[in-house]
Amino acid sequence: MSAAREGESRGNRNQAGALLEAVALTRHFRIGGLFGRTLHAVDDVDLTLNAREIVALVGESGSGKSTVARLFAMVFRPTAGDIRFRGRSLREIRSRRDILAYRGQVPMVFQDPFSSLNPVHTIGYALDRGLKLHRPSLSRAEREAEAIRVLDSVGLSPGRRMLERYPHELSGGQRQRVGFARALSCHPKVVLADEPVSMLDVSIRIGLLNLMAQLCESEGLSFLYITHDIASARYVAHRVVVMYAGQVVESGPTEEVLHRPVHPYTRLLLSAVPDPRAELNIAATDLGEPPRVVEPGEGCRFRWRCPLAISICAVVTPRLRPASPGHDGACHVTVGQAAPAA
Amino acid sequence: MADPILEVRDIRVEYPTPEGPARAVDRVSFAIHPGEFLGIVGESGCGKSTLLFAITQLLTPPARLAGGAVVFKGQNLVQLAEGALRTVRWRDYSVVMQSAMNALNPVKTVAAQYADAMRAHGYADRAAIRARSREVLSLVGIDSVHLNSFPHQLSGGMRQRVMIAMALLLSPELIVMDEPTSALDVVAQRSLMVQIKALQRSLGFAVIFVTHDMSLVGHFSDRLAVMYAGVIVEIGPTRRIFDSPGHPYTQGLLESFPSVYGPKIPLKGIPGAPPNMVMLPTGCRFHPRCAKVMERCSIDPPELYEAEDLSVRCFLREAAHVRCA
Repeated sequence: MSAAREGESRGNRNQAGALLEAVALTRHFRIGGLFGRTLHAVDDVDLTLNAREIVALVGESGSGKSTVARLFAMVFRPTAGDIRFRGRSLREIRSRRDILAYRGQVPMVFQDPFSSLNPVHTIGYALDRGLKLHRPSLSRAEREAEAIRVLDSVGLSPGRRMLERYPHELSGGQRQRVGFARALSCHPKVVLADEPVSMLDVSIRIGLLNLMAQLCESEGLSFLYITHDIASARYVAHRVVVMYAGQVVESGPTEEVLHRPVHPYTRLLLSAVPDPRAELNIAATDLGEPPRVVEPGEGCRFRWRCPLAISICAVVTPRLRPASPGHDGACHVTVGQAAPAA
Repeated sequence: MADPILEVRDIRVEYPTPEGPARAVDRVSFAIHPGEFLGIVGESGCGKSTLLFAITQLLTPPARLAGGAVVFKGQNLVQLAEGALRTVRWRDYSVVMQSAMNALNPVKTVAAQYADAMRAHGYADRAAIRARSREVLSLVGIDSVHLNSFPHQLSGGMRQRVMIAMALLLSPELIVMDEPTSALDVVAQRSLMVQIKALQRSLGFAVIFVTHDMSLVGHFSDRLAVMYAGVIVEIGPTRRIFDSPGHPYTQGLLESFPSVYGPKIPLKGIPGAPPNMVMLPTGCRFHPRCAKVMERCSIDPPELYEAEDLSVRCFLREAAHVRCA
């Protein structure tokens, strides 16, 4: 079966109501010039975002989570597999107008609020520019009203006064709120938030996480919340998707995954979260060395670090299989036997 | 208890700005005893890194030490000439910086950088230098083949380990660490923390560990100092601070990070943002963000009130302090 057809059949199994979905999404990068090798940034990822849902994509640096966000944002084109927005494949979106419309509905909020705003322009300008581009039918006055509305809705009030401020006058948390306001100004359906709070101070972070939850609730927005911080994922997300070395190793409802993790990597991540309220797990010996994603070959990519690895792990790449309803894991050992025939 | 190995007294550091001097560190005092692990936590801009540079005598202009003393093993480092400092540094205290990639020389092998440090302190025997280099690398669990590696050939976690091994070269009594784990993933971070703690126990050096992540040092530090806007707002035993924090800022910080365990509770964080260091609020520097603000908080600056084993810069602790005195 070809990859495309396989992807199609898998896609159909997903819920009909999916707002944004990735099916067998794969992105490889050629590296190393003449004797080019391939870096498997994202391999065969299925991911579904429904309406009014916050999905956390969790993984360490190099796991491919930001590449997934960029594929969704059409910064990269997939090597294989497909992304569908409201049932329509992104491959069909080719004209400038369609791309603009898509990016307005699926905007991105970046990690670094200090470099994502142009320092020589006011906040008003930053918002106005997006509005001009994405909603050309608005008059100047309507654009200003809209900018004030979104600033107020992200807690930067009074919005009118915010318009004349420059990025350097704002704190990191306020700047990141401007990032969210900019995303909101185009009436989005899904916001791709790539580590939106990791550059902020601890005391500020929670405010932005609360803002995401509130926007999901009140405006019916969906978020793909990309993070390496599993505790913050638990705080806001309805579902969690854990990535390791370019592949999804576990996904499911947040509490289910956190309380009954099936993949050894998820268990390792959870045990490493610094939490003074919990017992310290000193026994762990994993050094946290990064995975191999250049020409990874067959087999489970976690096997070198895995305490449970058996011989099959080196030969066959485990696929995601249900461990319980809605909760999938990709592990030969923990979800191997219990899995129904595919 | 033995004499402290390091005593910081009334340290003040200023940066000149067009609007007048910004006092990044204002009258900070604390002591650290041999073999003790002191955590210093605070948000960005609270002066924790500046304080660390002031302690290690590594401040570079425009930062200026405006007053205070750093007494290390009976010597005031502030008054030492650069030449005298150079013999003390690395032999008696060493520093592990935040970004190992920037702190290591990218065009020299690990072995060459270790040899540099040792030669600067009078070691000439190449075989002895090699042997010691192997020894410290094995202490941090890195194979000695990496002595011939360049920094870019190592992973982030290994680079930080190489840095820590370098800090151990001359068996100092104090190692100052500036967020050594903040560039690492959680798993690598935890493993490095466990290793630092194990080394500290077996070798007996004292540690000053600066971090923005309070939860990170919870299991590792003996005492904790919480900084806000250039001053220490709370200092005491780590466990005590986590169990019953005295300062409203510390309480807010502890309520700012969600947990992966236990019931899911809505958190509020701390409203507002840290102050501009040039235009500090009058009275208590935290009062504009404080949930327990009183009238006098905006007028008088509170002292560090000591009661039981905890010192807290908050008027709410004044009564307890008077009772104890």
